[in-house]
Amino acid sequence: MKLITAIIRPYKLDDLELAVAKLGVQGMTVTEVQGYGHQRSHAEHYRGAEYRIDFVPKTRVEIAVDESIVEPVVEAIANVARTGKIGDGKIFVSEIEQAIRIRTGETGVAAT
Amino acid sequence: MTNEYRQESTARRWLARAAATGLALAAPALALAQDAPVPNKGDVAWLMVATLLVVLMTIPGLALFYGGLVRSKNMLSVLMQVMVGFSLIVVLWCIYGYSLAFTEGNAFIGGLGRLFLNGTLDASTGTFAMAATFSKGVVIPELLFVAFQATFAGITCCLIVGAFAERMKFSAVLIFMVIWFTISYLPIAHMVWFWMGPDAYTSAELVGELNSKAGLLWQWGALDYAGGNVVHINAGIAGLVGAYMVGKRVGYGREAMPPHNLVLTMVGASLLWVGWFGFNAGSALEAGNSAVLAFLNTLLATAAAVVAWTIAEWALKGHPSMLGAASGAVAGLVAITPAAGNVGMMGALVIGLAGGAICLWGVTGLKKLLKADDSLDVFGVHGVGGIVGALLTGVFNTQSLGGPGLVTDWVTASVGSNPIGTQVLIQAQAVLVTVVWSAVAAFIAFKAADLIVGLRVPEDVEREGLDTNEHNERAYTH
Repeated sequence: MKLITAIIRPYKLDDLELAVAKLGVQGMTVTEVQGYGHQRSHAEHYRGAEYRIDFVPKTRVEIAVDESIVEPVVEAIANVARTGKIGDGKIFVSEIEQAIRIRTGETGVAAT
Repeated sequence: MTNEYRQESTARRWLARAAATGLALAAPALALAQDAPVPNKGDVAWLMVATLLVVLMTIPGLALFYGGLVRSKNMLSVLMQVMVGFSLIVVLWCIYGYSLAFTEGNAFIGGLGRLFLNGTLDASTGTFAMAATFSKGVVIPELLFVAFQATFAGITCCLIVGAFAERMKFSAVLIFMVIWFTISYLPIAHMVWFWMGPDAYTSAELVGELNSKAGLLWQWGALDYAGGNVVHINAGIAGLVGAYMVGKRVGYGREAMPPHNLVLTMVGASLLWVGWFGFNAGSALEAGNSAVLAFLNTLLATAAAVVAWTIAEWALKGHPSMLGAASGAVAGLVAITPAAGNVGMMGALVIGLAGGAICLWGVTGLKKLLKADDSLDVFGVHGVGGIVGALLTGVFNTQSLGGPGLVTDWVTASVGSNPIGTQVLIQAQAVLVTVVWSAVAAFIAFKAADLIVGLRVPEDVEREGLDTNEHNERAYTH
């Protein structure tokens, strides 16, 4: 089992959801986050004041999957989220030690 | 029928006079004589609605406009300062404010004859005292005038809180308001708006004596329809003095302090616009032609200012912003306030365009020059917009530029126009008096509040936010 964490542009979320659903992904957790990478700080103007905004709004998507579909899911996410410009985001893949479905008590891949 | 016709023709005859002088009040007299004028129900209904509209523009209009502009940790502090400040001033208004502003005294301040609203209602006979309007023989119940003017005093004091938002102690805000209201709002209102009323002017011999009983700026012939001097310049200057005396917010210029909710700011600005029709068109004191002129001008000038601000900001800064459009609306409303029934429609258009564009400079270029942390640009919008409006009223009042002109003789109701240069000079002198008076009064009021409780909250309280510390609650719980 792997946990795929993707930080993407917020407006790419719908495309991402469609793309990974086709690959058999049955659930995900979505969070609004802010942060910065290479796309660092932008200016916003409010009347006479100019503010440097360091943290850019992004959407974080977490998907737990069986190892067999990690590659295609990561590829699908990268494809839909890519614009080629700075600020497209990141994908992290990490190991999941255990997964438990709270309702049934199922564990492992069955619980994802 | 005859009576209705007479009132209509009277209204028409008196339009220009009502338009020309701004707001005032005659010496109230108990209506005991049989031929004493009876208020028109339409006038009474309109003035009650207009009063409600000014309440609407303050709570919630101004409160939300300001509230959206601060950071979320200070949202409730602004709402509280506006709601409680307004309420406090209305109470003081009914105790002593009305009497000092709108009864006979000297050229600077009124008397104490209406302390606790004494004399406005004779309970034993059920007789209501009447207040004069700008038309001979047309009166409204004095209590209605008291209520209408109470809302003006209330909103003026609340306008100032935008200048020191996010850092001033609530107790200090209230102490400042009480003092400033007493030593600045009341005298300026008296100087600009108090006069003996049209019915008193019965013969030429009386004119000199009657004029000498009016407020100083009224005697000079300053035109201020709904409060460019009394409300906006007055509040704008007090705000600027406050921004200097309270000092900059912690982190000002280094940390980002963006508005926390521009949606609420837009809602607030829109309520201000709607409420302002009561403010401006209500200042005619009758539901007549002058009110209609003020109504149309309030609509047109505000729309023009939104367009002007938006286009100027788009051209100069690259983006047309929602905050810019909302600010433009308020700037236009401020600028048209002294002019509302005192200029023609195309004069209003120019005043709106000028107000929008110049106030944009007021909150950008001028703000940088002033180096004050006027948090919500009370001076940049109300001070600057008020001055622009006051001066341009002197330009566009003249009949040759489509304005209604002014009354040159209250005995015969003759209407004429002053040369533009003359009227602009009078307007400028009135502005100068207001600026100096309000600045000195504000300095005294802030200094007193500082000595009594201290102006600012401690730095850690300011960092955490006024809501949780000063008011022990949060605007948003999630």
